[in-house]
Amino acid sequence: MKNNVEVKNISFSYGKTEILKDLSLDIRDGEFMVLLGPSGCGKTTLLNCIAGLLDLTDGQIWIEDDNVTWKEPKDRHIGMVFQSYALYPSMTVEKNLSFGLRMMNTPKNIINEKIDKAASLLQINELLKRKPSQLSGGQRQRVAIGRALVRDAKVFLFDEPLSNLDAKLRAELRYEIKKLHRDLSNTMIYVTHDQIEAMTLADRISVMKDGLIQQLDTPKQIYNKPANLFVAGFIGSPSMNFLKAIYDKSNKKIIVGKKQIDISRYENINNLINDQEVVFGIRPENINIEKNENSMQCKVELVEPMGADTLVWTSVEGNPISIRLEGSSNFNLNDEISISFDINKSSIFDSKSEERI
Amino acid sequence: MSAIPSGPRPKHLTIGRIGMYCFILVCAIFFLMPLYVMVITSLKDMDEIRAANILNLPKELSFYSWPKAWSQACTGFVCEGLKPGFFNSIKITIPSVIVSVGLSAINGYALAFWRFKGAYFFFGLCMFGAFIPYQVMVYPLLKIEDALGIYSTLPGIILVHTIFGMPILTLIFRNFYVSLPIDLFKAARIDGGNFIKIFLYVIIPMSAPITIVAVILQVTGIWNDFLLGLVFAGRDNQPMTVQLNNIVQVDYGVAEYNVDMSATILTSLVPLFVYFISGRWFVRGIAAGAIKG
Repeated sequence: MKNNVEVKNISFSYGKTEILKDLSLDIRDGEFMVLLGPSGCGKTTLLNCIAGLLDLTDGQIWIEDDNVTWKEPKDRHIGMVFQSYALYPSMTVEKNLSFGLRMMNTPKNIINEKIDKAASLLQINELLKRKPSQLSGGQRQRVAIGRALVRDAKVFLFDEPLSNLDAKLRAELRYEIKKLHRDLSNTMIYVTHDQIEAMTLADRISVMKDGLIQQLDTPKQIYNKPANLFVAGFIGSPSMNFLKAIYDKSNKKIIVGKKQIDISRYENINNLINDQEVVFGIRPENINIEKNENSMQCKVELVEPMGADTLVWTSVEGNPISIRLEGSSNFNLNDEISISFDINKSSIFDSKSEERI
Repeated sequence: MSAIPSGPRPKHLTIGRIGMYCFILVCAIFFLMPLYVMVITSLKDMDEIRAANILNLPKELSFYSWPKAWSQACTGFVCEGLKPGFFNSIKITIPSVIVSVGLSAINGYALAFWRFKGAYFFFGLCMFGAFIPYQVMVYPLLKIEDALGIYSTLPGIILVHTIFGMPILTLIFRNFYVSLPIDLFKAARIDGGNFIKIFLYVIIPMSAPITIVAVILQVTGIWNDFLLGLVFAGRDNQPMTVQLNNIVQVDYGVAEYNVDMSATILTSLVPLFVYFISGRWFVRGIAAGAIKG
């Protein structure tokens, strides 16, 4: 599939602080790409660079086989949605939607046609005559999305569009953005720090930290096979459990304090060397509480019922471990449980390089 | 538990409050006293003024000092009152305000949103310029205007007021624009606006509060100006303040205090009027700009 947006070795600095370092990213035609990372990781900067709102220090940006590195934002065929909505406060919704088209001297009948189309797609027909100050947060963000829609953009850029909304509205609009992508199949680049949004919306996620892409893959791969400790810890809520351990090659076991865990079924076991210091990572839902030959005895230390699931906290050799169980399960403090790990679904990281083995 | 409040309702009129009202009252009297003296003096005739009871109300109201101050009092050798000065002041103030406010708005917009290289240095220069006393620049500016051939002309004095107004106004506009969400500007750039279009269609419609503040500052500042008007306006364009001075500072004949008072009140009417109709906006804008009070 051909690439729609290509980011080639770009760097960006604010004065002496380097925010993006030699970053490359190819985004396929029609793909929903999510840039995910903690605040300050450079994801919004990257989006602004693609939009042309910030001038690169080095590198190139191509949109649809066109080098747009030094083009004005308006000439890049992009539409952008901001976290703060950024609606023009003095204009009605209709004028907000048509502003870009009016700037390009589009004929009036075409403007009306496009506004009608976008408005009915987003169900904001009723709001056209209102001012932004008369709209709720969710309505404002719909209008902001509409403003990007009417421009017939080749690429849509979203800068944390749902972060200012409450949880219920966020879920609602997330669903609508996903539907919009299904119906329009435009290329979309979406910045967020919310992993649920990233997991649900993305075709591919690029997880960023300190201006570098840590992992670029499908949500499933990122969740199941995180490339390094940072990604493993950042994705997933409640987050992955980690145990520091040493590998014992002869027994195919890792040793955690006095306990031993058999990892003979780990997919890349042959890459491990004897006495290697590793970090063993296991997601809360991949821990079983059935008794078998590999299980170990633990005490329940805390129970967090979450409705659909119940989170049970215990510890292994002083390391806190959370276990995700069915919502109906019943545990009390200090209950004895025996836990065993689903090694197939675990991840083992080298403790020095922090890379997955 | 019911939601009925217990205990006595808090008193609205406490000792502290009464003390505060007294203080405000004293302040008001202190500041209104000169105005009171001016108004009653302007309504007395000279005989009564010579009786020297300046706080007494006039025994007989006489209004003759007002028309005299407006159209007959002598300013130097001419005896046309303040009227020509009033119109001169209008001719000076209106263009100066429009030009300085307009240019400063564009400057502030450029400084806030289009961070060109050296923008901070320019911003620093504006700060510096806003705090240099006028007097330092009067002579060099006079020589420049003389060389340009606009010294002692209407365009000359307008240029001077524009120059002196711009640093502080640029700062005020820039600080206001910096407080606007930057995303709006980004959205407008993506929507295809260029420097001028974004300014006209997006920024100006949001600038009403700060523009009103700037206009008030400039109107009162220029109207009240004496020094620049005296030096740069020339004999034909003397503003009201300069003519007022000429009426009051008589070297010969009798000092007509009632005419002086009327003339002074007449001269201060415009700024007074501006403050009265715009006080609300003024306070709001100053709080927003937080630069000059």
